[in-house]
Amino acid sequence: MNIIIKGTTILNPEQNINEKTDLIISDGVISKFGNLAESDYKNAKVYEFNNSYCVPGLFDMHVHLREPGREDEETIITGSDSAAAGGFTGVACMPNTNPAIDTAEVVKFIKEKSQQHLVEVFPIAAATQERKGEGLSPMIELFEAGAIGFSDDGNAIKSASLLRNAFEYVKMFDSVIIEHCEDESFADGAMNEGIISTSLGLPPIPSIAEDIIVMRDIITAEYSNGKIHIAHISSKNAIELVRQAKKKGINITAEATPHHFTLTEESLKSYDTNYKMNPPLRTKEDVDAVIEGLKDGTIDCIASDHAPHSIEEKEYEFIYAPNGIIGLETTLGLTLTELYHKKHLNIVQIIEKLSINPRKILKIPTPQIKEGEKANLTIFDPNSIWTVDISKFKSKCKNSPFNNKLLTGKMLAVINKNKMLFEDKFIHI
Amino acid sequence: MPLASRHLLGLYGTNREDIELILDTARTFREVLERPIKKVPTLQGKTVVNLFFEASTRTRISFELAQKRLSADTINFTTSTSSTKKGETFKDTVRNIEAMKVDMIVVRHESAGVPLFLTRISNANIINAGDGTHEHPTQALLDMYSIKEKLGKLEGLRICIVGDIAHSRVALSNIYGLTTMGANVSVCGPSTMIPHSLERLGVKIFTDVDKAIQENDVLNVLRIQLERKAGDRIPSLREYRNYFGVTTERLEKFNKEILILHPGPINRGIEISSEVADGPFQVILDQVTNGVAIRMAVLYLLGTKN
Amino acid sequence: MKIKAIVIDEEGLKRTVVRLAHEILERNKGSNNIVIIGMRTRGEFLANRIHQKIENIDNSKIPLGVLDATLYRDDFRKRMKQPEVSVTNITFDITEKDVILIDDVLYTGRSVRAALDALMDLGRPNTIQLCVLVDRGHRELPIKADFVGKNIPTSINEEVKVQMKECDEEDSVYLIETPDEFKTT
Repeated sequence: MNIIIKGTTILNPEQNINEKTDLIISDGVISKFGNLAESDYKNAKVYEFNNSYCVPGLFDMHVHLREPGREDEETIITGSDSAAAGGFTGVACMPNTNPAIDTAEVVKFIKEKSQQHLVEVFPIAAATQERKGEGLSPMIELFEAGAIGFSDDGNAIKSASLLRNAFEYVKMFDSVIIEHCEDESFADGAMNEGIISTSLGLPPIPSIAEDIIVMRDIITAEYSNGKIHIAHISSKNAIELVRQAKKKGINITAEATPHHFTLTEESLKSYDTNYKMNPPLRTKEDVDAVIEGLKDGTIDCIASDHAPHSIEEKEYEFIYAPNGIIGLETTLGLTLTELYHKKHLNIVQIIEKLSINPRKILKIPTPQIKEGEKANLTIFDPNSIWTVDISKFKSKCKNSPFNNKLLTGKMLAVINKNKMLFEDKFIHI
Repeated sequence: MPLASRHLLGLYGTNREDIELILDTARTFREVLERPIKKVPTLQGKTVVNLFFEASTRTRISFELAQKRLSADTINFTTSTSSTKKGETFKDTVRNIEAMKVDMIVVRHESAGVPLFLTRISNANIINAGDGTHEHPTQALLDMYSIKEKLGKLEGLRICIVGDIAHSRVALSNIYGLTTMGANVSVCGPSTMIPHSLERLGVKIFTDVDKAIQENDVLNVLRIQLERKAGDRIPSLREYRNYFGVTTERLEKFNKEILILHPGPINRGIEISSEVADGPFQVILDQVTNGVAIRMAVLYLLGTKN
Repeated sequence: MKIKAIVIDEEGLKRTVVRLAHEILERNKGSNNIVIIGMRTRGEFLANRIHQKIENIDNSKIPLGVLDATLYRDDFRKRMKQPEVSVTNITFDITEKDVILIDDVLYTGRSVRAALDALMDLGRPNTIQLCVLVDRGHRELPIKADFVGKNIPTSINEEVKVQMKECDEEDSVYLIETPDEFKTT
């Protein structure tokens, strides 16, 4: 079956393509790139996407799919549905499942579960056994099974010596350590420390909890010549540390979440647990620093930190409620609204942060948009205005503070693995 | 004029007129407490639940007495562990109690924000009896009442709260309430016990008790809460007593009358010496009596508001 | 305010106070066991005047107190406005005493009921006698005044407005038409 994509602007900075033209996809492969002839319309279904961009499928390198362990909150399939609905064709899932992704079996289980889905799921394995910070996980075996990075996300790798060993070990197969930067001794709080935590009487986490581990990780990465990726960076000082480390030539990358460039700790005044995150929402200054970091390239990519939690758990008392929000279905809209339309990033930078750079960090090749390549594409309208409605989310959970928010920029279709998601339906192509 | 809100969640944002109304109304109830029959039928037929998720004998007894003296029906629901730990969610617990048709809920919880959450899931009037290290409005109101009773005013007074400010719910409510009433509020304690950015609430910070005594008209001495990991923040109780304890020697040094408050229970010989706790300038037991009157006033003003 | 009639003027009020003082003394055979308690707000002022008169006539000292019965009222749920409570000030024991309870207007009897309950909580008086300036009828409870300044038959859409110099411009009692917003339909 042939499908024709019309009216869109094909954009792939890596290939230096930025032109308004048409595509034919035959059995999932791009068979023609360029203006179409009359004969091309024979036996083809035409999809017209005016005022849109067609880019290499978006990639979210930081999601929690909860399976195995908390299938009541999300599964690999529902999480993938959510990713596709948000415009992503690939995600990397974090290992804080139960059991943790610390054996080849779990890696294979996840790969197998996602095999039939449009969205490709790449497991990130635990850096230490059971994420306990006591001994390295079987990293070579995990890598061979398909793990594309290592992290104890939810926590930082417990000790500097273990972190150093992790760097040394994964160097053998050129993989990356992804760090959740938080000093455990400060982890006892519920929000960012400052005047707001003081006036709300909530136990605080100082921003240095993040800075200290970012510093430790940079020093350790430099010493062991390791490859480090800082997850969900949020503090102004930590961003400056990464900026300096990059200048020094240390092999470091970083990601930021949409909530950390959109919201501040002021939101906590409602005591709404949907604003409870880790790292916590910080000050306006920190938000500005995240945006600045994204602009100057200190922060390489945007990731959702999609963290589904059941309504019951989010309705716990504030200090007991779990951290995190779901983000797969709002990331593109928030990024376009907050960064593109507010003129912080141009469209090329947006595609780098949401598609090209995360794959680069994880050493996944960027899908090419040319004849003969498998079609792995996201089509979105950067100017379409829509209202977030959590009841329509594909994710099993609804813990988002962005409900009812007006966003500018919407996914229209995603194509990957011979499938297309269009108007809420998966179509085989 | 009735109170602006149908709940008492805290003194943050409570306006001056409302605080004055509560303090004035408490005077009426203070008189009732002196009568041979210390009971009025005002809240007959109203049901009040004391929902205590954290142990607190004093505050609960004070509220219970206030309710009984207003002829309300009272139910106590006390549980020392969080409901989330025993399987039933907090929301379910509240909904269960709500289903019993209660009119008012007095709530104490170790998590800040719980009283506010309750207003979203319940139709009852909510009274905060202490949420985390956030607010404890009736305690601050009774402190204010006791100060006003003794010194005749609040406006312009210099009042210092001494102790573990960071882990106190009493401090924040006092700061909010007293500032609204025009007092000059300061705090005093080891730097490790002063919360971040507190000065931005318009509060002066002392780390020297002598200075605090010298420059204030009232000291509100807080209990050093041994149970709240004080060990990380002060080296020992001995050091605290020696450098921050309010003692007769310190008071005599400045030869001045300074009103002493303490919310209780007292650690005698730690934050306050026995001589001071029993001395001529303290109103510690008046605070307890006034506490019942304040709670009656709050229950009355909320319970009879349409 | 739509005045329908002036019922008592300043002179009339003076004479009424004198008469009530004499009646109270006569009924109680002197003043040695009586205590006087006024009901807030205008009952208090009336009580002050009667108290002074009795002390002058009898040349004796009589305990005087003021009662706020708000906390005993039965109309919290019905009223749109929350009544303001104020302090009861009775510094003497009323047990075994003949209590003269004084109010300005006797109407439904509900506030007198509240006052009786309040007094019972303060002690066990020998008797309680009710003295009012105006009885306007329309009782809802079986209560009757012992001493009445003036009986004024009224309709339900009329109000008796008592003014006293302690808090108003003049001493007077008017019969007025109920302002529309308070009219019962």
